[in-house]
Amino acid sequence: MPDTPVLQAIGVTRSFDVSKPWLQRTLTRKGRLLLRAVDDINFSIARGSTLSLVGESGCGKSTVARLAVGLYAPSAGQILFEGKALSAARAQPALRRRMNMIFQDPYASLNPRWRVRDIVAEPIRAFALLSSRSAIVERVGALLTQVGLSPADGEKFPHEFSGGQRQRISIARALSSEPAFLVCDEPTSALDVSVQAQILNLMRDLQMRLGLTYLFISHNLAVVRHMSDRLGVMYLGRIVELGPGEAVFRTPRHPYTRLLLEAIPDLAMTGKPRTPVGGEVPSPIDPPPGCSFHPRCPLANARCRIERPAHTLLADPQGEVLVACHAVEEGRHAA
Amino acid sequence: MNRMIARVWDSDFCFSFRRSPVALVSALLLLLVVAGAVFSPWLAPHDPSDLASLSVMDSFRPPAFIGGADSGWAWPLGTDDQGRDLLSAIMYGTRISLAVGALAIAFALAVGIATGLVAGYVGGVVDSLLMRIADIQLTFPAILIALLVDGVVRAALPRDVHDRAQVYVLVFAIGIARWPQFARTVRGSTLVERGREYVMAARVIGLPSWRIMLSHILPNVLGPVLVIATLNLGLAILDEATLSFLGVGLPPTQPSLGTLIRIGNDFLFSGEWWITVFPGATLAVLVLSINLLGDWLRDALNPRLR
Repeated sequence: MPDTPVLQAIGVTRSFDVSKPWLQRTLTRKGRLLLRAVDDINFSIARGSTLSLVGESGCGKSTVARLAVGLYAPSAGQILFEGKALSAARAQPALRRRMNMIFQDPYASLNPRWRVRDIVAEPIRAFALLSSRSAIVERVGALLTQVGLSPADGEKFPHEFSGGQRQRISIARALSSEPAFLVCDEPTSALDVSVQAQILNLMRDLQMRLGLTYLFISHNLAVVRHMSDRLGVMYLGRIVELGPGEAVFRTPRHPYTRLLLEAIPDLAMTGKPRTPVGGEVPSPIDPPPGCSFHPRCPLANARCRIERPAHTLLADPQGEVLVACHAVEEGRHAA
Repeated sequence: MNRMIARVWDSDFCFSFRRSPVALVSALLLLLVVAGAVFSPWLAPHDPSDLASLSVMDSFRPPAFIGGADSGWAWPLGTDDQGRDLLSAIMYGTRISLAVGALAIAFALAVGIATGLVAGYVGGVVDSLLMRIADIQLTFPAILIALLVDGVVRAALPRDVHDRAQVYVLVFAIGIARWPQFARTVRGSTLVERGREYVMAARVIGLPSWRIMLSHILPNVLGPVLVIATLNLGLAILDEATLSFLGVGLPPTQPSLGTLIRIGNDFLFSGEWWITVFPGATLAVLVLSINLLGDWLRDALNPRLR
């Protein structure tokens, strides 16, 4: 079925228990504390496309990334991988090897005591994709070449490489199980700007050649624009706007998306005053009632403070956009 | 064969060893002491356990290099109050001390690493439970456990079996008293490593937990543990000496280094200094060279310092 999305999230929620230890709780007579990192999220990613999720620190982006590869189990809702429940799909090695992850910190994501060739070959060995030693060596060499390193680099240790080269090794490892779906959790945020572009171009190139599907997590809008087919904007565990990348960039509808786009540094804007995003992100342990963005929203009114906005489907020349905002729904915002 | 030797000789590990004078000297000293201990039945001039060869006439002979009417090259380091040749006694004693110490540390390492890895990686209730057991364990000193185990074994086994089992009782008592230290170190490092992204990468491809613990986390937590293990080897040898002193150690017919020092201590101020100084010096050289080698090992095993 070519229409089945590679990954589908249906009403996914993930809470973390952040309560104090039992004794302290009993003494202070306080109940359990739950942090809702991800709250009722819905999205689907079509084969060969990229869905990006952006948002400020602590909005639940990385939790979504970990949910998508099964490192966390959802507290509520369901994640489907190629039409099957994720936990069931992960129980089968043949499906599990079709997903992999690229991590944020290239200094922590490679085991410092393993040689690069063993790091890259680990998924090959774990899934027993190749049996003979020489075939594995050859495949590792090909993978390293594919990400712009040389096969001889396999003999070295990770600490002999720069951040960008390490991220290339990380990509080679992710590709070695021949995955169809890659979750990229801020893969460039720890890198120099010049190296960021190299890694992003490499990732785009690999996507086109291998038909990969990406879930791309980032806080950098410029990076996201380069990568995404579809774009979701997250705020406090919820997706507030979701639509085709260009539609969201050209005509941002949700006030939060607008504020984010306003904040992108721009040479043409040098010296001109800009609207800063005021206020702090509220604590996800105790989110504000109604729309969670209302304390910072320039368009908030009484309704926003009480009623939580549902997603409204809006038409756009690029496709349909989902927005969760009363102001947009009522037409209160100046378009 | 020659190529394999060349490969080992040229490896990073050997290169760093050849470049470190401290490591070379301590390895040499350690080799000397250990070789003397291991091959004592063939190298030692006398057999101190052979009661027939002992004579009270030979007691308190000073070391040969001092000279005097009593001394002689048949007893290079002199004799003790029983007339035992001190050099032979030291060689046999080092053998016993080393064996008990090494076995005890190996036992403590095995228990401590396994517990620490599981506690740190699994976390939650398992972690709390294992660490409380370790805490309780820490409140019992080695001597108390040794007395306890010794008492039980003594009551349960006939005398001749008990004498032979004494080495294992000592190994168990010293090892069981030292495992919490390893468990805590390993648990702490495991907690740090578990949160790293390379562990997550292994979890994403679905490696079983035991394989992640053994092939990813263990090599990264082993460095500090090995250094502690070498330091503890010295302490374990001292533990054994203390226990022997209290009479729950090895039978007096098989004196260890610690026992020799204790015997000599009685005569230190009456002029027969050699009975305690030579075993003491052997113990110091042994422990110091083990510790210096441990230090070098820590640096050599750290890939970031290569």
